[in-house]
Amino acid sequence: MPDKSTIRTAVKEFILEKFLPGEDPDSLTDDTPLISGGILDSISTVTLVAFLEDRFGVQFQAHEMSADYLDSPETIANTVEEKLG
Amino acid sequence: MSRTLYGLLSASAARTPHATAVEDPVRDCHLSYSDLEHAAGKLSDALQGAGVTAGDRVGIYAPKSTSSVAAIFATLKLGAAYVPVDYTAPPERNAYIFNDCSVRAVVVQRSLSEALVAALDNPGTQVHETGLDEDRANLGVDVVIVSTSLESDSAIDDLAYILYTSGSTGKPKGVMHTNSSALGFVDWCSEAFAPTGSDKFSAHASFHFDLSILDLYVPIKHGAAIVLIGEDVGKQPAVLAPLIAETGITMWYSTPSILRLLVETGKLAEHDYSKLRIVNFAGEVFPIKHLRAVKEIWRHPRYFNLYGPTETNVCTAFEIPAEIEVDQTSPFPIGYACSGDETMVVDHDDAPVPDGSPGELLVSGDSVMQGYWNLPDRNDAAFYLKDGKRWYRTGDVVIDADNGCYEFVGRRDRMVKRRGYRIELGEIESALYRHSDISEAAVVATPDETNGVKITAFVSTKNGERIGLIAMKRYCSQNLPLYMIPDRFNYPEALPKTSTDKVDYQKLATEAQ
Repeated sequence: MPDKSTIRTAVKEFILEKFLPGEDPDSLTDDTPLISGGILDSISTVTLVAFLEDRFGVQFQAHEMSADYLDSPETIANTVEEKLG
Repeated sequence: MSRTLYGLLSASAARTPHATAVEDPVRDCHLSYSDLEHAAGKLSDALQGAGVTAGDRVGIYAPKSTSSVAAIFATLKLGAAYVPVDYTAPPERNAYIFNDCSVRAVVVQRSLSEALVAALDNPGTQVHETGLDEDRANLGVDVVIVSTSLESDSAIDDLAYILYTSGSTGKPKGVMHTNSSALGFVDWCSEAFAPTGSDKFSAHASFHFDLSILDLYVPIKHGAAIVLIGEDVGKQPAVLAPLIAETGITMWYSTPSILRLLVETGKLAEHDYSKLRIVNFAGEVFPIKHLRAVKEIWRHPRYFNLYGPTETNVCTAFEIPAEIEVDQTSPFPIGYACSGDETMVVDHDDAPVPDGSPGELLVSGDSVMQGYWNLPDRNDAAFYLKDGKRWYRTGDVVIDADNGCYEFVGRRDRMVKRRGYRIELGEIESALYRHSDISEAAVVATPDETNGVKITAFVSTKNGERIGLIAMKRYCSQNLPLYMIPDRFNYPEALPKTSTDKVDYQKLATEAQ
């Protein structure tokens, strides 16, 4: 089972490649706000969730596609880790 | 007899023959009213000799100079209409314009005449000397007349000039103004600015740009002086800033972009601008932080925001208050309808909207154009006929915010839909302009399969460095709804401009593809 650090790294790599092309990787920190910070809109949130489900074998409910569960790389890693049990 | 633009010159020349009518400080040329009338007379004789008669069109293809001013009045004297073009544009584009409106002749800088003749591709072209009396009038730029054998069935009574603006089809379209529509605007300027013979008006805009109508005819009506600011000098703040002070310009008129340039790089504090009494700006929205910066340096003049498409001349105006509130971030209104013009705001079905609701601004009255040259379909679409009046559809969305004081919302064609949300691109620009590191911002929308449109922001920063994407998106998320946050940010050193100093959105849209 991947640890939290692995999940965080994978999430950051995906976000940088998909939604922040050309951005300095160091600018994306563990607590960078993604949804409330305007980086992920509703469509890109769906794209991110599809990636998480595919990569880590987890399932998201509709109500979980929100800032409460996905607002930063850290929050995302927590959510995925919890789902992996 | 009906009034004409040429009549303004005759009257002032009779009243104050020795007063300065036009000066070109860079070429060191000055024409008194008597000199200008004399030069225009000589040149009109030469135009007549080249076949020009009342009702014809005459192209003006030369840098801004005492020569081109004389050529304009020579044309008007004959009862013909002048068609000024951007002399820096490719000859083929200018030839397209001259062919489109079937000019009888073109007053052209001698060095450009050969290329013009080739581009016109008209077997009837002939080159004529102007016969200008150089010992009486030092005319700055050497011009000749190229006559043509172009024919046209169109005839418009009282036509004074045609200004070509870029059309959405890619072909420039000719906006026709009569003596009467130009004078309607000039008379409003007399009321608004109370000019006197001691005033000196800047002529910063090129003559193919509608700002030139104020620059040329308001001073001539009042026996004041026109100070020509050559196209090459107009965008060089280091030359322009001292020139405004040294020539003692009292009435300034330009786009906001030029004022911003002057403040940022013109070292205005080093010069004395005590004679400046009015600063007018038009052509685009003036971001409040840049206007505030201008007013902090030029404190004493009155400032006016003048609004109006080329098709209407200026049709609304707003005087900027002496002090701008510290917390003000949104641009000032475009103001109240000018006397002589009527305005109304309508929805998509041409029904008037309630005060406070956005709708398209329609204008009817003295200053409105005759129509587009030879484009009957476009004319039908451009005007709404109601109550026996022609209402020009500006394509601009406004709100009647306070008893006839209009706020500009945006261009109707700059409203886009993204994921079902209606977005005004200008609102995104306003938000970007509020960022302390951003000096210029423009936003374009390009087609996108997923979202309907892709929004690209072009931003130039004060220090020339790009702002990180995360920081930029976070800033936008604090100032805009999420659906309005641009997809991409580009950081050019400066935004590209058109020949009339407005942001070149067509070029940006191509880059954003």
